[in-house]
Amino acid sequence: MRNITTILLQYYAGLVYIFLYFPIALVVLFSFNSGNYAAEILGFSFRWYGETWRDPFVLEALGNSIFIGATSATLSTVIGTMAALALQNVHGWQRTLYDGLIYIAIIIPGIVIGIATLIFFVQFFGWLNPLLQTQFGPSAPRVNLGLPTVIAAHTLFTMSIVLVIVRARITGMDRSLIEASSDLYATPINTFWQVTLPQLLPAIMAGFLLAFTFSFDDFIVAFFVAGPNTTLPIYVFSSIRRGVTPKINAIATVTLLVSLTFLFMVQYLLNRSGNSGTINSGAVSSRNTTKPARLTRPSLP
Amino acid sequence: MVAEPARGKHSARISWPTALLLAPATLWYLLLLVAPLAIVTVFSFGARAPEGGYASAFTFEQYLKLPTRLTPFINTLKFASLGTLFSILIAYPLAYFLATRASARLKSVLVALIIVPFWTSFLIRTYAWVTILSSRGIPAMLVQLGLVEELVLLNTPFAITLGIVYNYLPLMTFPLYVSLERLDKRLIEASKDLGANQVATFLQITLPLSASGLITGSMLVFILLMGEYLIPALLGGGKIFFVGNALVDLFLQSRNWPFGSAVAMALNLIMLVIVSLYLWLTARLSGENRQAVSLF
Repeated sequence: MRNITTILLQYYAGLVYIFLYFPIALVVLFSFNSGNYAAEILGFSFRWYGETWRDPFVLEALGNSIFIGATSATLSTVIGTMAALALQNVHGWQRTLYDGLIYIAIIIPGIVIGIATLIFFVQFFGWLNPLLQTQFGPSAPRVNLGLPTVIAAHTLFTMSIVLVIVRARITGMDRSLIEASSDLYATPINTFWQVTLPQLLPAIMAGFLLAFTFSFDDFIVAFFVAGPNTTLPIYVFSSIRRGVTPKINAIATVTLLVSLTFLFMVQYLLNRSGNSGTINSGAVSSRNTTKPARLTRPSLP
Repeated sequence: MVAEPARGKHSARISWPTALLLAPATLWYLLLLVAPLAIVTVFSFGARAPEGGYASAFTFEQYLKLPTRLTPFINTLKFASLGTLFSILIAYPLAYFLATRASARLKSVLVALIIVPFWTSFLIRTYAWVTILSSRGIPAMLVQLGLVEELVLLNTPFAITLGIVYNYLPLMTFPLYVSLERLDKRLIEASKDLGANQVATFLQITLPLSASGLITGSMLVFILLMGEYLIPALLGGGKIFFVGNALVDLFLQSRNWPFGSAVAMALNLIMLVIVSLYLWLTARLSGENRQAVSLF
């Protein structure tokens, strides 16, 4: 239907796409600029990458971010998958309550999570540390804000994401294979291991990658509960506050590259397993909780 | 013999394996979501200890002090509303194009290209605009080209609004796209067959039927904007305060936790009102047409 409206809309869409990607492209471009500012385009160089790689603060922040991301992603994938499986058998008010909790955990702004978790940990440690002192004397361990608290806070949020993704996959899964497995006298555990889990694996892996990406990119929650430690986003934020140095462009480019790689892997994984084609397959859908079981799931664009 | 209650598919009894599988998640939610929010509530009714922490008390004095922070609240509401409005204006034609005019082959790729930036680092996306709008960015280039004498783009309401629209565009576009995609195109054809021109068709058929997507997108954007900190901090240069800035100040800098908790509770209350509004509107809409776009 190529009429004037369509053509206008096409041009408009093109403009929006340029708008969306041009700032990111600029950052990437400037990371290779050997000059200092935008007005000073000197030439192509890896200078800023080299300087970043040699900076001990950056490396420490990067190491922390990777450690926090990997740990919280592992934890949240395990816990979230177990919960997604368990929730299949939960109904009624308990189910509604749980769905509400998941919904709140996803929609609540990061700053509220950051504040609430900060207060909680400080209060908890304020109670725990004197206890440890009386038990173990002056050489007792003191628990404080640090990497573990960030991991704990991140796991809360990312676990909800994993839950939603895996649950969407479970709902769309081919039940006939499970029935067939039971008919062939396989124990529930065998059925799970050999039939259910392989079908869920792409969604689980997608959840893991997404959880890592969220944890790695998070600023506001880590800002509140990391205590004296830095993560890469915290480092970037502080640097921006002090004045833009081109090193940030290099860091930003690498971060974007890693995030985009993971995201495309997630897209691929979710597409392969037959979910609808976007990351939001579980997040946005019409209410269809009482869909009759279907043997094959029509593939959606 | 006592009759057992029917153990149907929707029995409220949870078997122990299920409870065991659910236990870690439940523990996490209780300890790190429910308990912290409860503590914030308690703190908001407390008094300030000398070092800034919580002193046990039950008083409304923190809530009575809220008007001193009225400016951040008003700023946040202003920019959230403006940002949501601009997002709708920019996202709607895009979503409409994707849903109705994009070729079937390219459609999923194009939609993915909209969503992908949203899942990348929010900080970096905001930083990109800091670079572009800073005095060494676009203003410098324009001055070099001789187009302007002097131009300040950063730390202005313009910069903040631009940052908001840029960062939240995917979030607004996607629900709109979903609801427009679900629209039965035959209704549009029927409208044309009955003689309505494009504008009338759009206003009377397309727009009302995409209402649920509009509402979902607006709610998501507005709620997240209420808690926004990075955009006013980096693009507003600390000259324009949002609730987020006030909270960071109260909890990490000037250290007044009970008052900060009251501010946080006020924020939660506003968000609760918005979510309730959303749920009510969605319920009303799905009574009239069955195309509600909800989050699960």
